[in-house]
Amino acid sequence: MTITINGKETVIAENPERTVDSLLEELDVSQRLYVTVELNGEILDRPAYGTTAVNEGDVIEFLYFMGGGNAPFAQSLR
Amino acid sequence: MLTESQIERYSRHIMLKEVGGKGQQKLFDGKVLIIGAGGLGAPIALYLAAAGVGTIGIADADDVDLSNLQRQVIHFTADIGKPKVESARQKMEAINPDVKVVTYKEWVSAANINGIIADYDFVIDGTDNFAAKFLINDACVLAGKPYSHGGILQFDGQTITVKPKESACYRCIFPEPPPRDAVPTCSQAGVIGVLPGVLGTIQATEAIKFLLGKGDLLTDRLLTYNALRMKFREVPLKRKTSCPVCGENPTISEVRDELDAMTVCDLKKG
Repeated sequence: MTITINGKETVIAENPERTVDSLLEELDVSQRLYVTVELNGEILDRPAYGTTAVNEGDVIEFLYFMGGGNAPFAQSLR
Repeated sequence: MLTESQIERYSRHIMLKEVGGKGQQKLFDGKVLIIGAGGLGAPIALYLAAAGVGTIGIADADDVDLSNLQRQVIHFTADIGKPKVESARQKMEAINPDVKVVTYKEWVSAANINGIIADYDFVIDGTDNFAAKFLINDACVLAGKPYSHGGILQFDGQTITVKPKESACYRCIFPEPPPRDAVPTCSQAGVIGVLPGVLGTIQATEAIKFLLGKGDLLTDRLLTYNALRMKFREVPLKRKTSCPVCGENPTISEVRDELDAMTVCDLKKG
């Protein structure tokens, strides 16, 4: 199925069990434990990640913490 | 009243119909606070001074270090070891003696932030740590003070303007800082030197538009920038009813230090 992630159409395998949480893991998203997820224009509460399904055509934004010059994360953002 | 030399200095502003003599006077009467005199603060301070923003506050407790100079363009080699706010003040006054620069050689904290922001019309977050970023958001939201958030990371940056209780705030996006225990070491992620120039200049533009009362502020949309791919994107956002500071049942009613984030200088991938 096709979803849009940070503005980019992305094809992922069909998986009726998939939640936002498992998608983060599947895609090895940066800052996985802290990333904010906006699903179809609504920012999800973190506890909902594990219970919110991902559906065909969903528009998902991963919003990352960005600090300053010598802060942050070891890995570039996807 | 503008003097003849001021009319000449600001002529390229004054000829803009969105500015004019009246707008230039608004900039003169304007008071903007920049928190952080580093990568973001450098272009912000230089451009606001050049633009003739009448009162510019700048807060930072740090001294200039050799490793700052790759991106913090307001500080020069000869400034190494000087307080950043002093180095910044000298350049701002050299660009434009019309401008009053107020320096705060201190870190913002719950103890001092309300007093520091009180005198200003608009606040700009140019800090590099999450404790300060959350503190600035809370203080500005609670005081009803519009402000610009900016963050940078390697080749990525993001910025949003917050009009308290009207548009989405930082905590609408990130309810709380990342935990400190996620952070065993302080390895440096690095940043491409031009990146804060791009983001800081956008933040300065927001302050100027706010003072002029012209155009559309960057509210309810997070502007993200990736320098490697040379892409700007806008993520539409809404205020969150469950936001801990600007939502319907806020749990934060006064500023507090985010102790768990105080020493965050590195976050491992989750």
